[in-house]
Amino acid sequence: MPSFLLGRIVSLVLSLIAASIVIFLVLEVVPGDPAQFMLGLNATPEAVATLRQSLGLDGPLLERYFSWVLGLLHGDFGISYTYKVPVAGLFADRIWISLPLALYALALSTLIAFPVGILAAVRRNSATDVGIMGATQVGLAVPNFWFAMLLVLLFSITLRWFSAGGFPGWQDPLLALKALTLPAVALALPQASILARVMRSSLLDTLGEDYIRSARAKGLSQGQTLWRHALRNALIPVLTIIGLQFSFLLAGAIIIENVFFLPGLGRLVFQGITSRDLIVVKSVVMLLVFAVILVTFLVDVTYALVDPRLRRATR
Amino acid sequence: MRTSLAVLALAGALAMTTAVTPALAQARTDVKIGLVLEPPSLDPTAEAAAAVDEVLYSNVFEGLTKFAADGSIVPGLAKSWDISEDGLTYTFHLNEGVTFHDGSAFDAEDVKFSLDRINAEDSLNAQKALYTSIASVEVVDPATVKITLKQPDGNLIYNLAWGDAVIVAPESAENNKTNPIGTGPFSFASRVEGDSITLSKYGAYWGTPVKLEGATFRFIPDPTAAFAALQAGDVDAFPNFPAPETVAQFQNDPRFRVVIGATEGETILAMNNGKAPLDNVKVREAIAHAIDRQAIIDGAMFGYGTPIGTFLSPANPDYVDLTAQSNYDPEKSKALLAEAGVTDLTLSLKLPPVEGYARRGGEIIANQLAAVGIKTEVTNLEWAQWLSEVFTDKNFDLTIISHTEPNDIGIFARPDYYFQYKNADFDKIIAELSVTSDPAKRSELLKAAQKNLADNYAAGFLFELAKVGVENAKLTGLWENAPTQATDLTAVAWEE
Repeated sequence: MPSFLLGRIVSLVLSLIAASIVIFLVLEVVPGDPAQFMLGLNATPEAVATLRQSLGLDGPLLERYFSWVLGLLHGDFGISYTYKVPVAGLFADRIWISLPLALYALALSTLIAFPVGILAAVRRNSATDVGIMGATQVGLAVPNFWFAMLLVLLFSITLRWFSAGGFPGWQDPLLALKALTLPAVALALPQASILARVMRSSLLDTLGEDYIRSARAKGLSQGQTLWRHALRNALIPVLTIIGLQFSFLLAGAIIIENVFFLPGLGRLVFQGITSRDLIVVKSVVMLLVFAVILVTFLVDVTYALVDPRLRRATR
Repeated sequence: MRTSLAVLALAGALAMTTAVTPALAQARTDVKIGLVLEPPSLDPTAEAAAAVDEVLYSNVFEGLTKFAADGSIVPGLAKSWDISEDGLTYTFHLNEGVTFHDGSAFDAEDVKFSLDRINAEDSLNAQKALYTSIASVEVVDPATVKITLKQPDGNLIYNLAWGDAVIVAPESAENNKTNPIGTGPFSFASRVEGDSITLSKYGAYWGTPVKLEGATFRFIPDPTAAFAALQAGDVDAFPNFPAPETVAQFQNDPRFRVVIGATEGETILAMNNGKAPLDNVKVREAIAHAIDRQAIIDGAMFGYGTPIGTFLSPANPDYVDLTAQSNYDPEKSKALLAEAGVTDLTLSLKLPPVEGYARRGGEIIANQLAAVGIKTEVTNLEWAQWLSEVFTDKNFDLTIISHTEPNDIGIFARPDYYFQYKNADFDKIIAELSVTSDPAKRSELLKAAQKNLADNYAAGFLFELAKVGVENAKLTGLWENAPTQATDLTAVAWEE
């Protein structure tokens, strides 16, 4: 086990170094000068040059790379070019929208997908199954931003139950949750469709296994077999999908954040790219990469803890 | 027990409703304004972004002079000024009893500090070029400032009204980027980056007190979201509404008022005058005649916009209507191309990320040019790319852009500006204009400058951008036109 763990840690560190180099280089070759962008059409060339210097955009490539990485290691993510405040603060503010939103959407999608997927698998080839499969097909096909607009039309403009967007802050947790509800529903629908289909097929696979037949032969009822044996084994691929979905929801909700004008992480990166606030893009993307790599690492370790074969197989 | 609890809860709820109702009956004292773009940092003297002025100009920061709603220049922190005979010395008499939001007093030293800061060696002021005529700023006494010029500058009073020349205090200037401290009727209260900025009434304001107690600016870039936010009442007004296609719906809704006003945004099909074959005036004229302005206004702007034939706002009293000189005439256009000996012309058309005039307008213009036999290679760019490819490197033939700065006809005289218009006569007119302060003479020169641009087809002059505002019908006092990009809240109030 220690050698397995060491191997995993080495691969984690190597991935991080590789990611930092790729991110840094990609942003180096992106066209567009942040200083010119900030000062606009009427600026004198001297003012642009002065700003470039004060932003630390001059200087050799390697030097700038190492000063950035060293900063990251010290927990210094730099100062946003546009907002003029520390990137760490921006990230901290926005993770409090993106993380709860991702968790909210994930909880909703799981709550919908599990019963629906199980029902479809148990009632295979029945009208219920066909209906559910049809509905999830629609759920997959409908773009989430369009669904989001429909939600706004109905619940914000017509019924006026929810505001059309924005985020009031966590001072009032209920109000904050309310503001996140429509976006979470819009995000959860396609995810729930995917998850329900995976749940169904995974459960159908396990229901065909020999040990299920043995369990039934042993005298367990269909329900008992389902709960004690089939479901537990069918969950593994489902959990993998949930893990992937979480990473997507954390940073990939840009479009939904735009529809509901939520100041989340996705929009922070998006704005950073359009306004060439490269330090924000660099540092936030790096933090997200770190989060995803860390989650993968933890999942790897958990798998190994659960399944001894994995420990022996790798190293 | 259960019943009594329910009764209690009901009573509580009723009590709350009754407590709230009278407050609702009174006129509101806050306002929520929707804006498309978010200011980067909050220092108008160190940012080019119009969004900074859209939140802070006249509200938080004030200059010596200021723009009024009708575009005229009125006294601001300076109550009056004298100009010497030779036009080289301006003496400003300052208002007294003015304080900054941190409580410190405003005086002539602050004026000197602010103006010196613009012209300093390491200045980051985006409009530094406007103030180069200033030789020195001298404090005569705490309420009097004398500005000495290198040469007469007919634009000085006008330029001092820009957001880039607002007066800041030496003690707080450095922190204005995150915590702006000015002399205006509102002080900065808080900001949620990416979401909103909140201002609150400054009790010790020197001038006429404002009627609002506070204001919140919310940033909503998505047109659909902007529509939804207004409909749902999340914002009370959108002074520059980004979804003109939905305006008819607001016009038919008694809860809203639609206000169509003028801006200072001359929208042009900029041509690279320095690059063959566009250095040939015949080719430029051919392109100008190939363009049907009204079709662009109708197709790309949903009918909002005023055709222009030169580079000045039709709202300007000195504006000359020269649209007939570049009227829509495809036959003439073809003839001119033949005359110039140009066949099989392919031009690059590089478009900035503006959905309306640039992207939709670009498609229409590409079609109109194709009709006279000019092919275009259309490229869609982001702002940062546009700035580096088109603006800095001048690697383009055509682009569509709106120049939103007020009274900026002088950019055609700038050496090496991106459209590379080089015309000695024009440069002479502008040089003379900048040292002339006699109104009649200025008017004459400004007209000559407009005519020069139209005669030489310096660009395809398309239309003046309209300001499409959607407001709550009970809200009063927002500007109808946009003589400068600002959301002046000093006169805003709710009807009883």
